[in-house]
Amino acid sequence: MSVGIVSYGAYIPRFRIKVEEIAKVWGDNANSIIDGLMVYEKSVPDIDEDTITIAVEAARSAIKRGRVNPERIEAVFTGSESHPYAVKPTSTVVAEAIGATPNLTAADFEFACKAGTAAIQACVGLAGSGMIDLGLAIGSDVSQGAPGDALEYTAAAGGVAYIIGKKEIAAEIESTYSFTTDTPDFWRREGMPYPEHGGRFTGEPGYFKHVTSAATGLMEKLGTKPSDYKYAIFHQPNGKFPSRVAKMLGFSSEHIKPGLVVSRLGNTYSGSCMMGLAATLDIAKPGDRIFVTAFGSGAGADAFSINVTDRIEELRNGAPSVEELLADPIYINYSTYARHKNKIKL
Amino acid sequence: MSVPRFWRRLKNVYNLIGTQCENCGMYYYPPRSLCPKCRRSSLIIPFKFKGEGEVLTYTIVHSATKDFEKHVPYILAIIKLNEGPNLTSQVICSPEEIHIGMKVKSVFRKLGEESEKGMIYYGTKFVPLLNHSGK
Ligand SMILES: [Zn+2]
Repeated sequence: MSVGIVSYGAYIPRFRIKVEEIAKVWGDNANSIIDGLMVYEKSVPDIDEDTITIAVEAARSAIKRGRVNPERIEAVFTGSESHPYAVKPTSTVVAEAIGATPNLTAADFEFACKAGTAAIQACVGLAGSGMIDLGLAIGSDVSQGAPGDALEYTAAAGGVAYIIGKKEIAAEIESTYSFTTDTPDFWRREGMPYPEHGGRFTGEPGYFKHVTSAATGLMEKLGTKPSDYKYAIFHQPNGKFPSRVAKMLGFSSEHIKPGLVVSRLGNTYSGSCMMGLAATLDIAKPGDRIFVTAFGSGAGADAFSINVTDRIEELRNGAPSVEELLADPIYINYSTYARHKNKIKL
Repeated sequence: MSVPRFWRRLKNVYNLIGTQCENCGMYYYPPRSLCPKCRRSSLIIPFKFKGEGEVLTYTIVHSATKDFEKHVPYILAIIKLNEGPNLTSQVICSPEEIHIGMKVKSVFRKLGEESEKGMIYYGTKFVPLLNHSGK
């Protein structure tokens, strides 16, 4: 019997900062940065928002959309690279705040930007084997780029939650395939506020190698090709990388268009690829096939092949769409932004 | 607030769980173990509030203790939940936006923290009810 997405929910903080505003502070040329990254603005968390509050809002949205009884959720896994506690799980707070406690298992996942899709895979395994009824997999981050670092232009905040199970599936996960190696392209040591990265040349051995390997691996396993899919989503650290990798694999710009939210959102790390999938499910029709590949530095990629079912129509208006969450932002200047992000300690 | 004291109230604070008296139908938040109207004939059961209500009155805080310095100016309001009870909470919006009668809904936010190395307290605050087509 098949396993898949029973419901999903997203959350994006209302604040945005424009790339021009950040560029102004550092004396950079905004237009060349916008051209290079294909990102115009990014989301910024409120002062009292963090990975946990964002994960809770996304999870509540998923429960509301699917009219799911939270007591049926028997596993909560939250993927993030910005868990507020080094020791004390994000997932226990989430489980309590959605009313799923105490009869469930919970754990936090870490794998740079693909911790959330790793959580989906774990839920697919547990629900598929019948060990649990429903599993909740979340990707949530309030990413930090050091002031003045290139990452500061894209590091954004947001979260997405998927409820995985075997009954009342809105999108069947027909298969998943991963590709993982030890690649030092991006890291953050314990206790350090900002990540370090190998610089601009890490795209080739990191992102492109892993995404293409996982994607071709999955299509070979299934015997599918890009033209078998209606939509595709690739991890979006910026707008350039997913556009380029789609082309390399033979997907068109039409395939990736509905899911390419990074230009108006920034990189939500663990939420990035999952947000693209949520935006795509918001408009998908029964029978559509969707191809997804998430990437996490360190490095690995998780590819998924998804079939949308008739039940998607029942989920359509249950909770705000990604487009609705992106609408009506409040723009802030750099000094407000620095206050929101606790960037005073330099 | 101490860790044990917060912990005891955690379920209520996270999910706006109060009580209802089944005898007279009144709702209570924070939860009560006895209905003041019905006294000994109280029939108290837990009740999860929907989290929607309106601003009865508010104050804009311009100077705060060190823990809340970053939030200044912020809004404290008395909110009347649709089910009836009133509670005091922060409303997250600009001072220009707040008004008496404003429709609000609950959100999950950080309420504060003990210290940089201490517990982080989470719970319920309110935001303006945006019209995401009634979602
Ligand atoms: Zn009573």
